[in-house]
Amino acid sequence: MKRKPLLSQLFWAVVPVAAALFFIALILLAAGANPWQAFREITLGALESPQKWADVATAWVPLALVGAGMSLTFAAGLWNIGAEGQIILGAIFATWVVRSVDLPQVPVIALIILAGMVGGALWGLLTGLLRVYARVHEIFAGLGLNFIATALIIWLIFNPWKPARGATMSGTEPFPEVTWIPRLGSSRLVPLAMVLTVVALLVAFFLLRGTRFGLELRAIGKNARAAFIQGIPTARHMLVAFVLCGAMAGLAGALQATAVYHRLIPRISGGYGYAGMLVVILAAYRPEWVPAVALFFAAIGVGSPRLELNLQLDASLGGVLEGMVVLFVLLAAGLRNRLSHKP
Amino acid sequence: MRIELHDIYKHFGPVRANDGISLTLEPGQIHGLLGENGAGKTTLMKILSGYQAKDRGEILVDGRVVKFRSPAEAIAAGIGMLHQDPLDFPPMTALDNFLLGFDRRLRPDRRAGRQQLLELAARFRFPLEPEAAVERMTVGERQQLEIIRLLALGVQTIILDEPTTGISAPQKVQLFQTLRQLASEEGKSIVFVSHKLEEVEDLCQAVTVLRLGQVTGERLMPVPLDELVQLMFGQSLALPGKPAVPPGDVLLEARDLTVESPRLTITHAALSVRAGEVIGIAGMEGSGQDLFLRALAGLLRPKAGEVWLAGRPLTGRSYREFMQAGISLLPADRIDEGLVRGLTISEHMALHRKTPFFIRWEENRAYTAEQIRFFNVKGQPDSPVDALSGGNQQRVLLALQPAGLKVLILEHPTRGLDMESTRWVWEQLLKRRERGTAILFTSADLDEIMTYSDRVIVFFNGQPFPPLPVTELTVEDLGYMIGGKQPATSKPQPAAALPEA
Repeated sequence: MKRKPLLSQLFWAVVPVAAALFFIALILLAAGANPWQAFREITLGALESPQKWADVATAWVPLALVGAGMSLTFAAGLWNIGAEGQIILGAIFATWVVRSVDLPQVPVIALIILAGMVGGALWGLLTGLLRVYARVHEIFAGLGLNFIATALIIWLIFNPWKPARGATMSGTEPFPEVTWIPRLGSSRLVPLAMVLTVVALLVAFFLLRGTRFGLELRAIGKNARAAFIQGIPTARHMLVAFVLCGAMAGLAGALQATAVYHRLIPRISGGYGYAGMLVVILAAYRPEWVPAVALFFAAIGVGSPRLELNLQLDASLGGVLEGMVVLFVLLAAGLRNRLSHKP
Repeated sequence: MRIELHDIYKHFGPVRANDGISLTLEPGQIHGLLGENGAGKTTLMKILSGYQAKDRGEILVDGRVVKFRSPAEAIAAGIGMLHQDPLDFPPMTALDNFLLGFDRRLRPDRRAGRQQLLELAARFRFPLEPEAAVERMTVGERQQLEIIRLLALGVQTIILDEPTTGISAPQKVQLFQTLRQLASEEGKSIVFVSHKLEEVEDLCQAVTVLRLGQVTGERLMPVPLDELVQLMFGQSLALPGKPAVPPGDVLLEARDLTVESPRLTITHAALSVRAGEVIGIAGMEGSGQDLFLRALAGLLRPKAGEVWLAGRPLTGRSYREFMQAGISLLPADRIDEGLVRGLTISEHMALHRKTPFFIRWEENRAYTAEQIRFFNVKGQPDSPVDALSGGNQQRVLLALQPAGLKVLILEHPTRGLDMESTRWVWEQLLKRRERGTAILFTSADLDEIMTYSDRVIVFFNGQPFPPLPVTELTVEDLGYMIGGKQPATSKPQPAAALPEA
């Protein structure tokens, strides 16, 4: 853990972001738009009103939760791409509690949160079992389970859980208000969601930094065979990492259903499972950097629809920007590696 | 082809692997590069053969400055290297490997390649079969294949890095013949990197000795061995003697073990080891020693038979339960099996100590620093283990082993280590033995086996000879048994189940 000079750290953080912005600017110029104006629109779109700040915070929650969870599976060297399905299962379990339990607000919300975490954890465990015992690579296991989760949620919405007036892509009936996780005053801000996210980030951070489990997980990530020979229970630890990541993604799903949409919709995961993966890669797989990176992604997500409104550009340009930044950061990391070997 | 290296520098962080080395290689000469581990031999040769970039310095080939950015460029200039571990493609055939990097066309001419392979093999009497899978060939055969591949590429200078590790005695004789032939008849320059004095004495016409990244001496052979030892270590060292320890109760027992692997099966192996006993295990690489030891360590599950420790059966238990019962394995591959590449010494300590769930890192670093001093490791608590030399990795591995071990199983405990580290490793092992730890080790060095073992087992083709007390054996006997023959002096047979007296 040698400390690099702060200036060089800063340099390597700023340069790739600047390069990504530069390339986006070129794309915008090619599309006949003013890049300066486009960046301004995104920034304004994310920050212009307290309403927007609340939207950014709402988008930050699932990104940061998935990022926290994936920092654990990445530490164990696992390419867990199954967060999307784990979010969906969390939302499904939460919805199931909403539909089958009749309790006062506090216990029902506690149950919903728990159920969401259990749902995601089970889906994560399934990936883990396939990986550890059936030797299916976690990328394929995760991808397969993501498809199954998507099919499952659509089947639920169009069959057993369809609204009385008929099934549509807009989802189930709205949940009864007692199951809504409370908002702050009239804003869309949900304090409980923020608190739970911070807790998840702290758990991931302290697990990896300060505990035997975290150290053993990192050993597995560096060389699973050597870790096994040194007596680390590699199979069990990998499963636990999948379960913890699944629980955090499942929590994100439960919150999407009961704090954001107040119903189960087919696109409940909103791509946060994949975006969260970009977040954790950009955060160098370290939970302490996840909150800031997730905030950046959330802001771009909330701000880019303005491109469509005011500049007649496609809002998906925000996604292009996010992808560009990740690619340039990885590129810069590779370059830095090369340079440090040739003084 | 005359090669001059001028003032080569290569630093890895604080480690000065090469600290201003100059060296001249004459055509037609076998040049020994001698030095203990971490002296900088391999680094220097990797620089010469284009695998690694130098920090500073110049390489001249026939008086012209050259710069190699890749091994391919070095080979094009006529310099090729045989690495310590063969860098070939095991699932492919000998011919495929031969053609790689040689015939670059989309569809290589296999027939011409085959012809050339057979011609070259015949010239040096290498028993190579073009269609044989490389993974089924011995290290020695893979080396032969690599030599003729480099020759086919037109290499004029061949660098061999510790080429005698892991090959059989006849293969070694043949290798030396080949190298002499290449130097004297074909005018090739040979660089022979080694830390084995006898080999350098036997083979080389000139020798350069490195120590801590610098040249300590250049000599034309022959030179008295004492002088070379002085140059390598600064002083002469003697191996420590082995104090007598009365054997204790039976600790570890293997009963009628059958262990299977895709390549080899051991059937009905039996052994019982007493506390404080040292069992040396000899045999050609891959004759079943590794399977047997890994089954005893709990890492391989035997097909049949039982393993008992201190009167308790361990058969069918997990590897972790074997460890908890007091059996520990130190793999031959220190950096890819024994230690975790990328983690620091301090992190390894935390993994192996019974630290609480929440690790107190400051306390652990202080403890690590203390262990580093005690075990005389050249490194810091925060040094990644892969930055350490082989000897220091082995010191760390030994420092990691818990104090009250019942059985310590070591694969090639001193392979690739210099004399100083070898001596130190055995000091540590003998200390543990005095406290009642039973020690089982494999080694290709028969002197090591004869010096330290109480009893010796020789494996041949998957079958162990019955264990013999070292007092009834000579190195020659071992040589016979390793070759599968019964020795002239005693009468053991490679036999199924033969528990010792």
